[in-house]
Amino acid sequence: MTTLDQVRIPVASAQRPASRAWRKLKANKGALVGLFIIAFFALLAVAAPLLPIPDPNATSWSAIRKAPSALNWLGTDDIGRDILSRMIWGARASLMAGVLSVAIAVVVGVPFGLVSGYFGGWIDQIISRVTEAFLAMPFLITAIALAAFLGPNLMNAMIAIGLSAMPVFIRLTRGQVLAVKTEDYVEGARSIGLRHSSIITRYILPNVFAPILVQATLTIATAIIAEASLSFLGLGQQPPAPSWGSMLNVAKNYLSQAPWMAMWPGAAIFLVVIGFNLLGDGLRDALDPREA
Amino acid sequence: MFSYIVKRLLVAIPTLLIISVFVFSLQKLLPGDPVLAMAGEERDPQLIEYLREKYRLNDPVPIQYIHWLGSAVQGDLGMSLRTNQPVLTLVAQKLPVTIQLAIMSMLFAFAIGIPMGILAAVKKNTALDYVANVVALSGLSIPNFWLGIMLILLVSVHLGWLPASGYRPFFEDPLNSIKTMLMPAFVLGNALAATLMRHTRSAMVSVLSADYIRTARAKGLAERSVVLEHSFRNAVLPIVTLSALLFGELLAGAVLTEQIFTIPGFGKLIVDAVFTRDYAVVQGVVLCTAVGFILMNLVADVLYVVLNPRMRASL
Repeated sequence: MTTLDQVRIPVASAQRPASRAWRKLKANKGALVGLFIIAFFALLAVAAPLLPIPDPNATSWSAIRKAPSALNWLGTDDIGRDILSRMIWGARASLMAGVLSVAIAVVVGVPFGLVSGYFGGWIDQIISRVTEAFLAMPFLITAIALAAFLGPNLMNAMIAIGLSAMPVFIRLTRGQVLAVKTEDYVEGARSIGLRHSSIITRYILPNVFAPILVQATLTIATAIIAEASLSFLGLGQQPPAPSWGSMLNVAKNYLSQAPWMAMWPGAAIFLVVIGFNLLGDGLRDALDPREA
Repeated sequence: MFSYIVKRLLVAIPTLLIISVFVFSLQKLLPGDPVLAMAGEERDPQLIEYLREKYRLNDPVPIQYIHWLGSAVQGDLGMSLRTNQPVLTLVAQKLPVTIQLAIMSMLFAFAIGIPMGILAAVKKNTALDYVANVVALSGLSIPNFWLGIMLILLVSVHLGWLPASGYRPFFEDPLNSIKTMLMPAFVLGNALAATLMRHTRSAMVSVLSADYIRTARAKGLAERSVVLEHSFRNAVLPIVTLSALLFGELLAGAVLTEQIFTIPGFGKLIVDAVFTRDYAVVQGVVLCTAVGFILMNLVADVLYVVLNPRMRASL
């Protein structure tokens, strides 16, 4: 006997829109450049332990603040550490912080947005008011305050950034759910008595996923800058572990003696952030049904 | 209009209450007992008990919150552990510095972002439009603390044109004050210019394709008049309201810029407070920033109504 839960409601194939979006993304040069930049840095971050580079924390008193040379391609820092090596290992911290903090924002924020939009009523009122309050607090100030009270380390910085970015995902998801929940296929699912949890996970979530993905990509760019900012202030990655933000923090004290110390980490942050911004813009165009 | 403003202020009250709960809760995130830290190494039980009573830490948390809120509403945000001054006094001392920086940043943002946005819209899909878009994307992607460091390296260290630090209050020494603020204002205004450029372009593109613009052109009006008098005047509404919101964000964005250029403003206050574990100041700055942000939201809404005759008529 077929139970109500087993009744399948035909929904549009997810494959076709996905392949159409991928085709549009491939045709967007900016998005491809963004994807290439991200892939390059991700590869460096993953392959860091395998690359023939010096230990990023190995100091050398005979190589303090050496300009770029054949031995140290990007120069050395104030205690003789190889900047290229610290840049490559720093990519791990920056990319991990960007991705994980946005993952925290999505994993916590999206369910709240789904519940708020789907059920409405008093639950929606409470969640919406709290979200509005958090949106009224500037992102970086909230992250600094949270990181300060939680304690300065990379994990707490990621939690602080994730929680500060969360309200955007709650509001976005709620808005999308409000638009989707009146669609015929959701009404159909409800009319045959499917549980709310099934309707939300099987019929609503897949249809609100695209804008969340776009927002997540763009927020990774913001999160990478936020992590670099917190590390620059001494509230993120702690020494001697390398991170682009903390490298800049040290570099600002040696601007006239060793300008290379400041150039490369900032350039890396700029490149990665522009990569995620280009990819996010490309994804937005590719996933926009109006631009079929 | 007055009743509209009052209504908007009333709507802000629940938002402020929720923010106050968050700010109060921050101190509960601190590991360990704050009283033990205050009591020093001797940990005299009498002193500990006195401190618990003084800071009402023996009361249940909701009662502690109500007392804290009551004081905050009366302007008592606690005392700074570092300077032994009331937090509100510190905020009032530092705010004018950050407001000067924010105003100069906005001027940079307007001077760069709006003309670029208009040009990109008028020359849509040309090389100029693409260049403007690339510049805007770069402006949004460049970390402002790195831009600040690079500018110091180029303009101060190599060229020696502007000082890298040494803030002077505007009313004491206006010329040097502006000189020391030029670089930080450019750094802070850069990302805003990019945002303004994108919004100006988008608003202008939609206005330029409107029927009345076609009519204006058909009447033989000069292109300059069509763009600046007919189009820009109608596109300016979202730009003005966005500017009010951006001004609120500037207060927060100033944190890193003030740190790099050693400007003794609002942002430096919170960073210094974080490192000296002056938590009352951190809480006070977060609360005041949120209030400022909400006020700028209100200004944006009111400006929208003031500038839009259709909205004004519907009030």
